[in-house]
Amino acid sequence: MSENLTLPAQQGSTDPTPTETLLEVKGLTKHFPIYGGFPIKRKVGAVQAVDGVDLTVGVGESLGLVGESGCGKSTTGRLITRLLAPTAGQITYAGQDITHASRRQLAPVRSEIQMIFQDPYSSLNPRQTVGTIIKSPMEVNGINPEGGREKRVRELLELVGLNPEHYNRFPHEFSGGQRQRIGVARALALNPKLIVADEPVSALDVSIQAQVVNLLQKVQQELGIAFVFIAHDLAIVRHFSQRVAVMYLGKVVEVGDRDSIYNRPRHPYTHALLSAVPEVEISDESESRERIRLAGDVPSPIHPPSGCRFRTRCWKAQDKCATEEPPLVQLSGNRAGHLTACHFPEDPTTEARDEDVVLDPALKALEEDQD
Amino acid sequence: MTSPTKAEDSGSAVALDPELAATSEVAKGAKKLEGRSPGQLMWQRFKRDRTGMFCAGVVIFYFVVALCAPLLTAISGTNPYTLYGQDPTYADQPVLDDFGLPLGYFGGVSADHWFGVEPQYGRDLFAMLVYGMRTSLLMALGVTTLLMLTGIIIGMVGGYFGGRTDYWLGRVTDFFLSFPQQLFFIAFMPVVTAFFVDPREETPTYFRALAILIVLWLLGWMGMARIVRSTVLSLREREFVEAAKVAGASPGRIVRKEILPNIVSPILIQFTYQLPSTILTIAFLSFAGVGFVEPTPDWGRLFAAGAKYAEQDPAFMFFPGVALVIFILCFNLLGDSVRDAFDPKSGR
Ligand SMILES: Nc1ncnc2c1ncn2[C@@H]1O[C@H](COP(=O)(O)OP(=O)(O)OP(=O)(O)O)[C@@H](O)[C@H]1O
Ligand code: SF4
Ligand SMILES: [Mg+2]
Repeated sequence: MSENLTLPAQQGSTDPTPTETLLEVKGLTKHFPIYGGFPIKRKVGAVQAVDGVDLTVGVGESLGLVGESGCGKSTTGRLITRLLAPTAGQITYAGQDITHASRRQLAPVRSEIQMIFQDPYSSLNPRQTVGTIIKSPMEVNGINPEGGREKRVRELLELVGLNPEHYNRFPHEFSGGQRQRIGVARALALNPKLIVADEPVSALDVSIQAQVVNLLQKVQQELGIAFVFIAHDLAIVRHFSQRVAVMYLGKVVEVGDRDSIYNRPRHPYTHALLSAVPEVEISDESESRERIRLAGDVPSPIHPPSGCRFRTRCWKAQDKCATEEPPLVQLSGNRAGHLTACHFPEDPTTEARDEDVVLDPALKALEEDQD
Repeated sequence: MTSPTKAEDSGSAVALDPELAATSEVAKGAKKLEGRSPGQLMWQRFKRDRTGMFCAGVVIFYFVVALCAPLLTAISGTNPYTLYGQDPTYADQPVLDDFGLPLGYFGGVSADHWFGVEPQYGRDLFAMLVYGMRTSLLMALGVTTLLMLTGIIIGMVGGYFGGRTDYWLGRVTDFFLSFPQQLFFIAFMPVVTAFFVDPREETPTYFRALAILIVLWLLGWMGMARIVRSTVLSLREREFVEAAKVAGASPGRIVRKEILPNIVSPILIQFTYQLPSTILTIAFLSFAGVGFVEPTPDWGRLFAAGAKYAEQDPAFMFFPGVALVIFILCFNLLGDSVRDAFDPKSGR
């Protein structure tokens, strides 16, 4: 095994933050079966959307979940909120196993785990007024706040920066950013302890994105709500998350506190993601940063590559990567809680290389032509 | 994808005061605080559509006429059953000549018989038409309501639960769709009737109505089921349904509060197309001789009779025919207008 490997993984419980654990996910797996055949349909395969994910979220902590499109972030979020039933693994919320809890069994924790959705146009029922939309979680859970539900709705609207008098309006009368605020108000209606936000700003106009992120940050800090913030690039998450988990093709490849991930990343995929973020200043002295262009698509989750799933696009891949799956462990020199799944990790730096790494042969040929 | 430039922008915009930005976002909509629902918007668009409003007026007029048939015949002083040509009571006012054809012009139009009389029997066409419309419209309304309800329920169940339930409901739908409809209407009507009534006895009229209802219902719900199923299937995946699930809403509540209000428009649109086509089908059944029979006044039966008299008295077909063409045309135009009002993008 690799020499810089020191500690075996503590099943995701190596949370460095001293806070108590709110949500713990172990070996979470979701395979969507594919049916085919005629005349009798049989299971012919499975989309391995999420495959053995370990995560922990502390009370009031915000965890960023990052990865390219199709790597299973939304599926993970939906599993945590139990919109989907996991194929395998365990979800523990506040010490209670909710992996296979039915709707009725879930009722007590339902109000504590809420979700903010990606598309502000499809996440609000077009036939309901804003008041009805925000009120309905309270109705479902039989919550009667002091002063009535309507008063609470007005407070929530004010909290998310909307005019409380817009209570009787319909979603189509609002802009995308305002709609997303309504979605936030709905998620807050039940005083949740954990909010899963699935790319809450990626459908919004650039000028609105920052406002909504700021709102979420304000909510997170003032109300002490834990967040799982899903995004597909590292820039948005940076301002928001205390810890970041990087996902690739259904697996967590690297997880750690914000500083470790942004300044001392070890996994080649994290390096690639970071190099695609122009805004992030890695360290003050390094003017020129490394350039890695990740070209090509994520391989199909139906037939993921053997061994390390990133090996088809990795510039450090060796034979071992094809045969042995790298475990998610703490590498020597990493801080506690900074786990990486790689046999041949990169140096913990993001400074420029002698030569750009270009991952796509076609792209490389193109650049040589131009130079 | 959030592009790097987007990310950069958001990074610099973080400095913006969120409160300030939010209030300015709100300010532009602060004038009128009572929102207008999609339904109200639809009604406003519909009101602006002249054709739609006109056709709606015509359609309503027909229904009023049909419902008020007894009143109208009281004014005209006729009824659809009396044989004015043969009844000795009316011997002093002859309506037919020696060959059994109507006296006077245009099928015997007169102050007593506004639309003329039927050859041979001398029955009053006006009374037969308004009563016939009544039979047809009420029947069509009944059939359409039944098959819409069935279609909605089956479509909702299949669409909402999906999986195996949806698969089997889909196969049942396919099975019923595979019947050649017109043929089966004709073939099935006597079977259904014979099933309940001794063939040697006279079939009561209410029973004929019931048989028509059953046959049209059994063979007509599939279109609605398919439309509702596909709509529900797409709604089920929408995030607001997931939001309701995350809040812990029961399937019943999700169907009632989240899904039903959103399938009202396709249902209404389908209704405005389904009703006229059902009227035509019922007329066709009577025309083919398996629907209503003598002496029940019925729109379709008037055409059957009209075809019989076409050579001697072509005028007999005129009033029922024109009435039907105008009605179906207006109803279909109304359907188009309703669809346009619900979905302005598909408009002309
Ligand atoms: N209901 C489903 N049935 C079958 N496959 C699914 C289903 N939902 C997701 N998948 C597959 O699972 C994989 C992961 O999807 P997921 O939506 O979790 O990705 P993601 O990381 O959220 O991507 P994005 O950034 O595009 O939202 C994809 O390959 C997707 O096609
Ligand atoms: S294990 Fe091998 S293929 Fe996977 S990221 Fe590390 S070096 Fe690359
Ligand atoms: Mg997603």
